[in-house]
Amino acid sequence: MGAPLIGARIQRKEDYRFLTGAGQYTDDVTLPRQTYAAFVRSPHGHAKIKSINAAKAKAAPGVLAVYTGEDIAAAKLGGLPCGWLITDVNGQPMKEPPHPVLAQGKVHHVGEQVAVVIAETLDQARDAAELVQVDYEVLPAVADVRLARAKGAPQVHGIAPDNTCYVWALGDKAAVDAAFAKAAHVTKLDFVNNRLIPNAIEPRAANGSYSRADDAYTLYVASQNPHVERLLMTAFVMGLPEHKVRVVAGDVGGGFGSKIFLYAEDVVVTWAAKQLNRPVKWTADRSESFTSDAHGRDHHTIAELALDKDGKFLAMRVKTTANVGAYLSTFASCVPTILYATLLAGQYTTPAIHCEVTAVFTNTAPVDAYRGAGRPEATYVVERLVETAAREMKMDPAEIRRKNFIRSFPYQTPVALLYDIGDYDATMDAAQKLGDVAGYPARKKASAAKGKLRGMGYAAYIEACGIAPSAVAGSLGARAGLFEAGEVRVHPTGSVTVFTGSHSHGQGHETTFAQVVADRLGMPIENVDIVHGDTSKILFGMGTYGSRSIAVGGTAIVKALDKIIAKGKKIAAHLLEASEGDIEYANGVFKVTGTDKQKLFGEVAFAAYVPHNYPHDKLEPGLNENAFYDPANFTFPAGTYVCEVEVDPETGVVKVDRWTAVDDFGKIINPMIVEGQVHGGLTQGIGQALTEGAKYDSTGQLVTGSFMDYCIPRADDVPMFQVDTRETPCTHNPLGVKGCGEAGAIGAPAALINAITDALGVKDIAMPATPQNVWRTLNQKKAA
Amino acid sequence: MAVKVSMKVNGKAVSEEVETRTLLVTFIREHLHLTGTHVGCDTAQCGACTVSMNGKAVKACSMLAMQAEGADIMTIEGVAKADGTLHPMQAAFKEHHGLQCGFCTPGMVMNAVDFATRHPGASEQEVRESLEGNLCRCTGYHNIVKSIMAGSKAMAGK
Ligand code: FES
Ligand code: FES
Repeated sequence: MGAPLIGARIQRKEDYRFLTGAGQYTDDVTLPRQTYAAFVRSPHGHAKIKSINAAKAKAAPGVLAVYTGEDIAAAKLGGLPCGWLITDVNGQPMKEPPHPVLAQGKVHHVGEQVAVVIAETLDQARDAAELVQVDYEVLPAVADVRLARAKGAPQVHGIAPDNTCYVWALGDKAAVDAAFAKAAHVTKLDFVNNRLIPNAIEPRAANGSYSRADDAYTLYVASQNPHVERLLMTAFVMGLPEHKVRVVAGDVGGGFGSKIFLYAEDVVVTWAAKQLNRPVKWTADRSESFTSDAHGRDHHTIAELALDKDGKFLAMRVKTTANVGAYLSTFASCVPTILYATLLAGQYTTPAIHCEVTAVFTNTAPVDAYRGAGRPEATYVVERLVETAAREMKMDPAEIRRKNFIRSFPYQTPVALLYDIGDYDATMDAAQKLGDVAGYPARKKASAAKGKLRGMGYAAYIEACGIAPSAVAGSLGARAGLFEAGEVRVHPTGSVTVFTGSHSHGQGHETTFAQVVADRLGMPIENVDIVHGDTSKILFGMGTYGSRSIAVGGTAIVKALDKIIAKGKKIAAHLLEASEGDIEYANGVFKVTGTDKQKLFGEVAFAAYVPHNYPHDKLEPGLNENAFYDPANFTFPAGTYVCEVEVDPETGVVKVDRWTAVDDFGKIINPMIVEGQVHGGLTQGIGQALTEGAKYDSTGQLVTGSFMDYCIPRADDVPMFQVDTRETPCTHNPLGVKGCGEAGAIGAPAALINAITDALGVKDIAMPATPQNVWRTLNQKKAA
Repeated sequence: MAVKVSMKVNGKAVSEEVETRTLLVTFIREHLHLTGTHVGCDTAQCGACTVSMNGKAVKACSMLAMQAEGADIMTIEGVAKADGTLHPMQAAFKEHHGLQCGFCTPGMVMNAVDFATRHPGASEQEVRESLEGNLCRCTGYHNIVKSIMAGSKAMAGK
């Protein structure tokens, strides 16, 4: 046996394909007799559609069809469903306005799809889309989360008075009020968690086709979860049986949440493929991505932390208004509630927490899960409060955290979660050491000598990953299960193909999962292939989000491997004429304990497929096993980030000078891949704090609709990162893994804003801390 | 209006009828079916469409196919050796985990090969600045920078 595969920096199996241009992303798929779709989208934030005249477009060269909301209504296509029911404080279900795939009489946000033109070529479709005349009566709009419930605010949907989708609460309000009444100190912050646009570099794309011969559809789509896409589309929108629809999500160029959801375009191209009996392809241009992908965050929050005189946290009170946009996207309702308020304990023993969330509709693109989904917002609340409290009470920010760390596990928080394990001192200690916090004063002096302001900030985050125990999720309103499925197919000569419901769109599952399989079976990694992303190949899958792939999808594979080994032992026992209980399996060999009698894995596999000498009375031939795994609990990755910034007071430019991240992801399969996930997450978090902010004007126009106005970090906006890990293995899955995909984006914004406010000597600064914002803040401070 | 364009792509002479407004990237992807060159923004900001034209990295979404008349174009498909061996820059991206979803990767590699040729021995800061026109949403650039520095060295035979 070679070196162990778990924990090894194995280079990625998928890289050759991507490095040579051989990846197959959705837009790379062109089918015979392909046609192309272009959508006509609303230029207004809020308007009545008085009429649509498509005559010119229909007559344009190459045009095959123009469809509008009327055609969709006539075809009785349903609206896009929301997958999570939130029940409000009065026991009423949330308001769910219809979410049509092509607008019905009214548009509610810029970029909403109003009509589709399908033509022989993309240019013809786009040219003709310009000829579709839509007569709008423009209505007043509301876009700002803080104004949605203002008196006289324009109403987005008639069924949602005050633009309110729900008011929801968690925690013991009386206990919180009592604790605040006797607090020695209260820290209060009032801020907006800025709206973000995910911007995977591959735009969304969908290519629908239909076969009359089989009365069956195939949809190629850039999706993070093809089975969920199929389930939602068939059962809820199109009224089709699932076995008639195949969804293929091949190579996908990043998702970050934005490709979880069922989108209107996916339905339209699939439906239109049957109408035209030809495949219909649509790929978003970047402007369409900006206006029609689901956005993230956009909370207005007032948060308070009550402390005793020694800095012990007594209680936390949080009031949040969350913008859900114009419609409820697939998981919109659970992000600012279940995935947010439950994380407000952070790493601390705060005994009482109460959180009230009001979700509001506005004339903006739908808001849904974006990397971290609720947990970055929660971490921002907790870690900004804690750092601010330390400053106000003249305590060391690391010490105040240590004073309040949870140290005994399992730990039941006052906001529903049961943390199974963690060691927050370990990650804090390591981060301080690796980040050379001791050397900070000298660096601050050196910066001052150059006329620069240096600041340092921490964030000690926690997240709930490995989403999710289905029974718990169901009791909280989930309309789906959240298990994962895997299949291990051993071939007659002993090589293995594994089918997983976890989709990979950058995470490297083809490598990490193969490491797990090869390690368990004791075979070279070259003998293992991982297949994902095609409903016709994979038995089922809930897909990839919530850092769940290794913890839930990986465990399903391990369960299937256990079955393979158990069956292999039975076959080996027969071949070796021994009793099954005496067979052990290690390093690819079935052995009779204490003897040198053995059969290789490949020999056992061969016997299963060429069963001449086989226990037919007890066993079926073949070696192929499935497993579905529903997790017993969430997993709880946690860690500490320390960041140092240097601010130029003349220009307001913030330089992220040092960044140290120490995370506890439990057991790690491939540290190289894990570090990459942390780097990417941190950079998105730095983007939120420093450069990114989606802005709508008061009429609902998106004024940050391109990469020139909406700045995702460039290479010279970020430093080299120092990353390390500590390990407390998860207690309830066999690999001891927790997941690592979102951590960086969760912890980074709070750490960075803590550092910037420290450098500037101010209590708060709004995200993003652009040079103009920083410069203005500094000058306002001077003036004050 | 249709015109005929002729150029060399990955060492092979090609000649096709296209509309005058056809972009170079559309010509490469749709006419030549070389889908390794990607479109991430179509507004000259992301760099996913970067190809080499007469040895220089250019954004194929921002020029017409006609403007490449007679040019020598290399796309990501032409970078590895004929036997499939990776170019040193591609190998460095693999070794240093300089890619995740792979969508920005062809453009990153095309830009990096050009940059390393013109600026051997560039510093980390210079490498970061060379990526101003290439966006990656996955990697946080850390490993891309490492890859380019290593690939640069390997190309210079060091
Ligand atoms: S597609 Fe050419 S720069 Fe983005
Ligand atoms: S690797 Fe995904 S965009 Fe760069």
